Amino acid sequence: MDKLSIEEHRRMLREHFGITTTPGQFTVALAGNPNVGKSTVFNALTGLHQHTGNWPGKTVDNAQGSFTYLDSSFLMVDLPGTYSILAHTVEEQVARDFICFGKPDATLVVLDATCLERNLNLALQVMEITPKVIVCVNLMDEAVKKNITINITALQKELGVPVIPTAARNGIGLGDLRHALYEMSIGLALTNPRQIRYSSEVETAIQELAPKISRCIGHTLSPRWVALRLLDGDQAFIDSITHYLDLENTLQELAV
Amino acid sequence: MSAIVKPMITLKEICTEAETIRLTNQNSLGDKIVSDIYVNAEIIASLAVTRKISEKPSLDSRLDDILTSRLFGFPIMLLLLSTVFWLTITGANIPSEMIGNALFAFQDQLVLWFNLAGAPDWLTGVLVLGMYRSLAWVVAVMLPPMAIFFPLFTLLEDLGYLPRIAFNLDNMFKKCQACGKQILTMCMGFGCNAAGIVACRIIDSPRERLIAVLTNNFVPCNGRFPTLIAIATIFMGGIVASEYQTAIASLVITILVMLGIAITFAVSWALSHTILKGETSSLVLELPPYRKPQIGAIIYRSIIDRTIFVLKRAMIMAAPAGAITWILANVYIGELSMIAHLAAWLQPLGYAIGLDGFILLAFILGLPANEIVVPILLMSYLSSGQILEVDSLNQLREILISQGWTWLTAVCTLLFCLLHWPCTTTLLSAYKETGSKKWTLLTFLIPTVIGFAVCFTVAQSARLLGLV
Repeated sequence: MDKLSIEEHRRMLREHFGITTTPGQFTVALAGNPNVGKSTVFNALTGLHQHTGNWPGKTVDNAQGSFTYLDSSFLMVDLPGTYSILAHTVEEQVARDFICFGKPDATLVVLDATCLERNLNLALQVMEITPKVIVCVNLMDEAVKKNITINITALQKELGVPVIPTAARNGIGLGDLRHALYEMSIGLALTNPRQIRYSSEVETAIQELAPKISRCIGHTLSPRWVALRLLDGDQAFIDSITHYLDLENTLQELAV
Repeated sequence: MSAIVKPMITLKEICTEAETIRLTNQNSLGDKIVSDIYVNAEIIASLAVTRKISEKPSLDSRLDDILTSRLFGFPIMLLLLSTVFWLTITGANIPSEMIGNALFAFQDQLVLWFNLAGAPDWLTGVLVLGMYRSLAWVVAVMLPPMAIFFPLFTLLEDLGYLPRIAFNLDNMFKKCQACGKQILTMCMGFGCNAAGIVACRIIDSPRERLIAVLTNNFVPCNGRFPTLIAIATIFMGGIVASEYQTAIASLVITILVMLGIAITFAVSWALSHTILKGETSSLVLELPPYRKPQIGAIIYRSIIDRTIFVLKRAMIMAAPAGAITWILANVYIGELSMIAHLAAWLQPLGYAIGLDGFILLAFILGLPANEIVVPILLMSYLSSGQILEVDSLNQLREILISQGWTWLTAVCTLLFCLLHWPCTTTLLSAYKETGSKKWTLLTFLIPTVIGFAVCFTVAQSARLLGLV
């Protein structure tokens, strides 16, 4: 009951995000801070199979591209470059709504190896919403130039999701990236995304709210994450959630 | 299994409960959540990243220390700006004259051909002396400065200097309770105010976006630059020896641009303290690394995307405007042409703000595009029958002086050119972006009122003090 059927998912993508997938095509969301080479990754993976437009009802650009790997077709959706998805701006809201309600088969978060610390904020926020996350540490060549070493194994262990190092400008690591996206989409990858540990007053408040939230909306969304948004006093999110859950319920009722 | 269980508790109730918890914590949970995310990221990064600290700070950060320092930031900005203007003025003079000579020589040829073909005088007038001549003017006066200014500006953009300008000015925008990103929309405005207004979309807060839309016109677009450059060169430069002419002219233009920016700040401050009150939103301004400019891309972007685009639009506007002006200048009612009637009617108002009726009329007729103000002005000055060929700036000076121009006329024309109503394209963009007639009207009124006020004050004080 939690899961939307494939057809319902396609319809949701079409009606709410203006994204049309072919039957059996996987959707991949591409997130990242500005200036981390997100577009380079996008272009390298999708080549010339691209199509640009606007997000429905927003003045935010939306680029989509497709590629095929091991006989599976992928539609990659390039989300706006943002520093966080706490939805302080329209771009952040667009990115968050797609990851959260668009339910992509995998979300690829591109990080800048030369300032990993700042970039990890976004990855952690995405990992709170969905376990289907792949982290791509890009600009590895720049990091080497700046004498920065990144222990990918340690990072992967800490994050609990696949971590792929790349230098997309030079085409390094793209094969691994495709393979990781493939494994994630067909459900072969097992992840255990690290959850952010908050200070005690926040955690207490979460304990208070989360059980009630899961009783109310089921497990379509992480109750812990919904609780955090409510505690943040994020009115835009409350509007979004009412809007999307209504839609899911109607779709499910239609299916019954 | 797929029966839908009625929830025992509704989302609304949970929201109310969350609200209560939030308020008992003095609304501080949001900030706590953000800082906790940072702490977690820091811990993870410290486990995975090792950074060999090099003794020397990188070239980028050393450059940033200078270019964005409190002490040198502004002087360097001014210096770069005036250098760009100086290069533009110096470099544009000779090609302007060459193009002018060639195009006006062709005009004589055209008149000859029209006469040979037995075309009536009015047709020759409308097509050659009206349309062709304004086109020739627009190309000769605008093309060379644009072909120099745009590549230079794109070069600064490509080097990564523009975000540093935004960084330098961010604090001042904060003080005016406007958004730091406004400077980027102003930079676009140097190219074209209509483009600048569309660029205001990058500002997220609707309040700050409106402020940016309403003030964009205080940045002289490149339709107004040729007018500023021509008048500054012949009049301001004319007072000193010829070797300093370009230097003085670039200085005058830099001062005018600074004045435009100062007025932008003043108006932004006034707006955010009156009709557009509200909180300033914070923004993360990332200084991207300095990059080696890609010469090919610069030339393509500045010549094709900007120069040709703007020139094409100017020509489309200039051709019909030239024809109309010629008709106005050659249709006589009684003793005087229509243009002379209109100018005579505008004369008292024009005189009060240091201009004359013809100049004010040229600005009004130039509403479709600022580029054609000077061509219209010349055509109406020259309409009195004697057709002069204007193929150099010196001749332009002679004409203006013979029409009674003084330094005060030049100063007021410069000021009015900087501070007057936006062109129709800009107004149309403002209407599309704000979706409101009220804000579009204000986009028109604010610069207009300020322009009249400033020119009036300058003209009247100069006359009172007996400086003219």
